[in-house]
Amino acid sequence: MSTETQTIEALASQEYKAGFVTDIESETLPRGLSEDIVRTISAKKGEPEWLLEWRLKAYRHWLTLEEPHWLNAHYPELDYQDIIYYSAPKPKAKLASMDEVDPKLVETFNKLGIPLEEQKLLANVAVDVVFDSVSVTTTFKVKLAELGIVFCSFSEAVREHPDLIKKYLGTVVPYTDNYFAALNSAVFSDGSFVFIPKGVKCPMELSTYFRINTQDSGQFERTLIVCEDDAKVSYLEGCTAPKFDTNQLHAAVVELVALERADIKYSTVQNWYPGDKDGKGGIYNFVTKRGACRGESSKISWTQVETGSAITWKYPGVILQGDNSIGEFYSVAVTNNAQLADTGTKMIHIGKNTRSTIVSKGISAGHGQNSYRGLVKVLKGADNARNFSQCDSLLIGDRCGAHTFPYIEVRNPSAKVEHEASTSKVGEDQIFYCNQRGITTEDAVSMIVNGFCKEVFRELPMEFAVEAQKLLSISLEGSVG
Amino acid sequence: MDFSAPLCVCLKHKIMLLEIKNLHANIDGKEILRGINLTINPGEVHAIMGPNGSGKSTLAAVLAGRDGYEVTEGEVLFDGKELLELAPEERAAEGLFLAFQYPVEIPGVNTQVFLRAAVNGIRKYHGQPEMDALSFLKLIKAKTKLVNLDESFLKRSVNENFSGGEKKKAEIFQMALLEPKVAILDETDSGLDIDALKVVSGGVNALKTPENATVVITHYQRLLDYIVPDFVHILYKGQIVRSGGKELALELEENGYDPITAQFSEA
Repeated sequence: MSTETQTIEALASQEYKAGFVTDIESETLPRGLSEDIVRTISAKKGEPEWLLEWRLKAYRHWLTLEEPHWLNAHYPELDYQDIIYYSAPKPKAKLASMDEVDPKLVETFNKLGIPLEEQKLLANVAVDVVFDSVSVTTTFKVKLAELGIVFCSFSEAVREHPDLIKKYLGTVVPYTDNYFAALNSAVFSDGSFVFIPKGVKCPMELSTYFRINTQDSGQFERTLIVCEDDAKVSYLEGCTAPKFDTNQLHAAVVELVALERADIKYSTVQNWYPGDKDGKGGIYNFVTKRGACRGESSKISWTQVETGSAITWKYPGVILQGDNSIGEFYSVAVTNNAQLADTGTKMIHIGKNTRSTIVSKGISAGHGQNSYRGLVKVLKGADNARNFSQCDSLLIGDRCGAHTFPYIEVRNPSAKVEHEASTSKVGEDQIFYCNQRGITTEDAVSMIVNGFCKEVFRELPMEFAVEAQKLLSISLEGSVG
Repeated sequence: MDFSAPLCVCLKHKIMLLEIKNLHANIDGKEILRGINLTINPGEVHAIMGPNGSGKSTLAAVLAGRDGYEVTEGEVLFDGKELLELAPEERAAEGLFLAFQYPVEIPGVNTQVFLRAAVNGIRKYHGQPEMDALSFLKLIKAKTKLVNLDESFLKRSVNENFSGGEKKKAEIFQMALLEPKVAILDETDSGLDIDALKVVSGGVNALKTPENATVVITHYQRLLDYIVPDFVHILYKGQIVRSGGKELALELEENGYDPITAQFSEA
């Protein structure tokens, strides 16, 4: 038996008391989850006691829940005692040159048109002095700090801005929300925190890419974005470059809070490893994302492009609390080979004259199964609430599937809810027609798919949109003919 | 039987654009083309006529490389290259154009984007740099005038919600843009009123040069009043059973296919 396990056992038998100390030196905790593991995580991060208490409540609540299995996909029961819940963020061993990087990865980078220096960064190759991401980041940070904007890792925020964290953490996604949210709340490792003070419009797109120490946020990431009155921010999550991870389960939580007239735009490009052709080894991406439009005339807009993961299970939603607030959801979800996606949104209309727009584009190829699942709920007081939903599915080949599960609950007679849905197929005759005009099959598929998705791509920040288009073509490579 | 053979011999001194030799093709194991021989030279207009089910559209599809057809015998040379060895998009890039009987709708894909992909696909094949957006725009604007198409169609999705006439005009417009060596018009007259027919055939005639050739596939002689062929071939049961000049089409108009097909029923 290792000494580490012995330490844990010793800890486990120890009574909790203030000033609980643990072996801060050890880098990685043993597998498994218990109250003591939660305590150890919190202690290692030097968290205040209220946060530990919150984690413990979440953990105890999680124990009472059962792993959900209602999604339109099967996944085997996960062994939560086989997961390592804490691993100190340590730099991965650097590779000496690009020659040591998996050629397939390099090929993909090149297709995406990622500059070489950036490729090195992504592939964990030692970077030349020329491209110093740290200095770039520092420059940004100084500029942001002048405006009073906080953009840092979650751990740093807990240390530097505990009042803000305490005020907003778990107020949009409480730990009681669902099984994976409870788990995340108990054991979250790190993530991002953004705070835009009153009246400030963030002058640049904030991207996790520019945050220091993001590579090891781990599988239980936690993001919190707060926009005060009249503040505005656009936040980019993820990266088009393929992301590999040995952890199968990823259960992140994202909370957005928009106060009076605040405006938050959250864009995601998700490209987790989808597994091999049979989906083996792929990531389960079970994420809880929600925004609260607390103030009047506030706005939250989600845009997502989901191309990776073996199973994607997420419903970024907006709680439209403030009068005249606006919620938007634009989504492209691609499933190829054995990938499964069950995604959509929840729009909860509480305030008067609240408006929501849902545009969902699902693309299925290979044996991929794509489900749209969305809830539009109009509560009693939500006079003149408006919703427009459009769910389109595109099928490539004849072994894939598309499913739509719209849920609509209206309790106010003045509400207007519209739902449109369509399913189309990339036909052989369309491909042949393109071929006959000199367009290769690959280019034809990519052209048709991009045409199908353009309403969503329009919502993405310019650079992201271009990358997303390329990414889609790569994800669908070989799906026809 | 090889009725088009004499034609080949007398024109052999020219460089042949398209040479079809003893072409046999099946669909689902059923033989549709049963030994087609045809030679087309630069500057010529050929009409292929024949009753329904004679294999006219199959011939067009096999030449363009559509999936689902199996060539069991024969050879096709296109400007000296083995056409049947090439992928459909390579055939297009080499200069073979098929105007579809039923042009395909591609919802969501802007016509201009589509056309640019086509032009650049072909340029790429020939190792030429892509055309920039501005020169491309100039090029298509110049060509839209040829077939009297409103420029607004460039902003619409490919063939989506186009009327029958618009679709056919759009096909000829694409032909003008891609400047093929050999254009095959598959039943381009079907579903056209007389005004649209005039516009379409006017476009085809305007595109005629001493270097290119046109193959007009049609059931009726009507189109041939506007696109005057140098040669007319009658296809029946997968073979060319008669070839002649434009007067052959008039003979058909007069007597129908029966007198010709009667000689060849159940070969």
